[in-house]
Amino acid sequence: MARRLTLWRWVVLGLAALYFLVPLAASAIFTVDVPGQGLTFDAYTRILSADGFLSSLLLSLELAVATIAVVLLLMVPAVVALRLGSPRLRPVVEVVCSLPLVVPPIAFVAGIATVLKWGPEHLSRTPLFETFVVIQNDRFPVVLVLAYVVMALPFVYRALDAGLRAIDVRTLVEAARSCGASWPKALVRAVLPNLRGALLNASFLTLALVLGEFTVSHLLGYTPFAVWIYNVGGEQAQMSVAVSVLSLLVTWALLLALAGAGGGRNRNANTRG
Amino acid sequence: MTATTLEKAVAEKAATVEFRSLRREFGATVALDGLDLTVRPGEFLALLGPSGCGKTTALRMLAGFEHPDSGAVLVDGEDVTHVPAHRRDAGMVFQSYSLFPHLNAVDNVAFGLRMRGVRTAERRARAAELLELVGLADKGERYPHQLSGGQQQRIALARALALRPRVLLLDEPLSALDAKVRLTLREEIRRLQQELGITTLFVTHDQEEALSVADRVAVMRAGRLEQCAEPAELYGRPATAFVAEFVGTMSRIPGELKDGTVEVLGQRLPADGEVPAGPVDVLVRPEAVQVRPDEQGTARIVATAFLGAVVRVTVRLADGTEVKADLPAHEATGLGAGTAVGVSLPERPVLVAERIQK
Repeated sequence: MARRLTLWRWVVLGLAALYFLVPLAASAIFTVDVPGQGLTFDAYTRILSADGFLSSLLLSLELAVATIAVVLLLMVPAVVALRLGSPRLRPVVEVVCSLPLVVPPIAFVAGIATVLKWGPEHLSRTPLFETFVVIQNDRFPVVLVLAYVVMALPFVYRALDAGLRAIDVRTLVEAARSCGASWPKALVRAVLPNLRGALLNASFLTLALVLGEFTVSHLLGYTPFAVWIYNVGGEQAQMSVAVSVLSLLVTWALLLALAGAGGGRNRNANTRG
Repeated sequence: MTATTLEKAVAEKAATVEFRSLRREFGATVALDGLDLTVRPGEFLALLGPSGCGKTTALRMLAGFEHPDSGAVLVDGEDVTHVPAHRRDAGMVFQSYSLFPHLNAVDNVAFGLRMRGVRTAERRARAAELLELVGLADKGERYPHQLSGGQQQRIALARALALRPRVLLLDEPLSALDAKVRLTLREEIRRLQQELGITTLFVTHDQEEALSVADRVAVMRAGRLEQCAEPAELYGRPATAFVAEFVGTMSRIPGELKDGTVEVLGQRLPADGEVPAGPVDVLVRPEAVQVRPDEQGTARIVATAFLGAVVRVTVRLADGTEVKADLPAHEATGLGAGTAVGVSLPERPVLVAERIQK
């Protein structure tokens, strides 16, 4: 019986692997196998020298870092306060944080675009006009960070909520307070370290979201990594697939790096004990 | 050696704690309804009561986690009602799982010292000292999840003592532990408390626990203090019927009060308790009830429970009242359910209370 179960597991795993790996392998082969030339990594070498590759990748990474910082600064105090202060408000916050899942990005970006057009016209005589100009700066479009923060809310909220469920926040805070820690110190020293897993999860999800986001940035006219891949694809099919494969690897590498940075101390801690 | 240095440091500071007509409502429920209580310096006081009687709320007010709607909390005569929790100088041990999961035992104990900005070497030394005090010197590098429940509570105790607090607050610290550990740990807490001479408040709903460790026990009911007395007095001379029935086991036997004596079970005994003459209930402890086999007896045994040294028998009197009695195991042999018995009380004053109609 157990044997058969194991067999079934392998079959399912094999099918799933096929489903994911075949398209990946096909893409990879397509990028290195040029008809008439045999195997060549030409497509990959061309990427590095391609116009806009580095700048778009850097832009995406900067946006990701900014988004993670803003969304965590916003959500961590919020969910902790929610847990300690007003647990009854939880369903409300949950619904609000889930709204971005319901609103399609296309509708979301249409709304943003309208505001961006309307704003400067009506506010042209006020200092707010400058604000509108600054947040649309091509070199670092703050408006994208704002949009991504909203889009990341559902994932970040869920990750943090799951993390908070696993610990008794109230008791930890009270224990820290009775040990002479002020409120902010109790949060930073007693609660946050125990939320590390949740914080990492939230960061992963946000990073993946920002690196792959296309609709909003494209329609607002910016060129982060995903948009650049799309643009390149229009001109050179092979190279665009090569970039896709590469971006997959880059995302994986970043996630692994984050996991490594986060898990390292934990493992250490456990072996020390 | 460590204990003696600690002892001096703390004994000098042993504090008086006063609750002055504390009142607190949570919505419609009244948690504290004018609580007045004074804890003497160096005393181990247990706050005992059924759940929802306000004992934990009172403790949390002393810790600074709750604030009274009215009334005041005084430590050494100084009003601390509005002092924030982290400046209260009160060490607290929680029900369970209050250790910081990301820190090992030493760092948990040293947490408070770190908050005070004590240097690393100094605070590690002091933490080691405290771990030795609670008998876990060799577990310093362990993380909470690698420790048993009892060990975790010892660490929590060490952590609470690390800052040499003026009062030690114990919020049902034993209730999550299994019976054996609970017993040894409560003895250990008592020993430590006596060594350190620190004023201690201990919240519990377990009357046996309260009676066995505390200098005085304060019984609370519905946000008020019913009685605060030494365990022996509480048990032997309960001030109210509530205390009598909450602390230990009490049976009610109907009697007739006249001229300060009460007619009960065919005996006439001096009566204690301020009740108007007439029909009353006599409150008796199971160990005070005498039961002997008697063919002519009108009472019948309805149940027996073996408790080790004694057997607790439940006897139904002729009028239907059930009385519990503890008999030495050897006397109880042959007293099976259905046996006809005679019931009597020793010639001593008995506690009477107003008749409760059943």
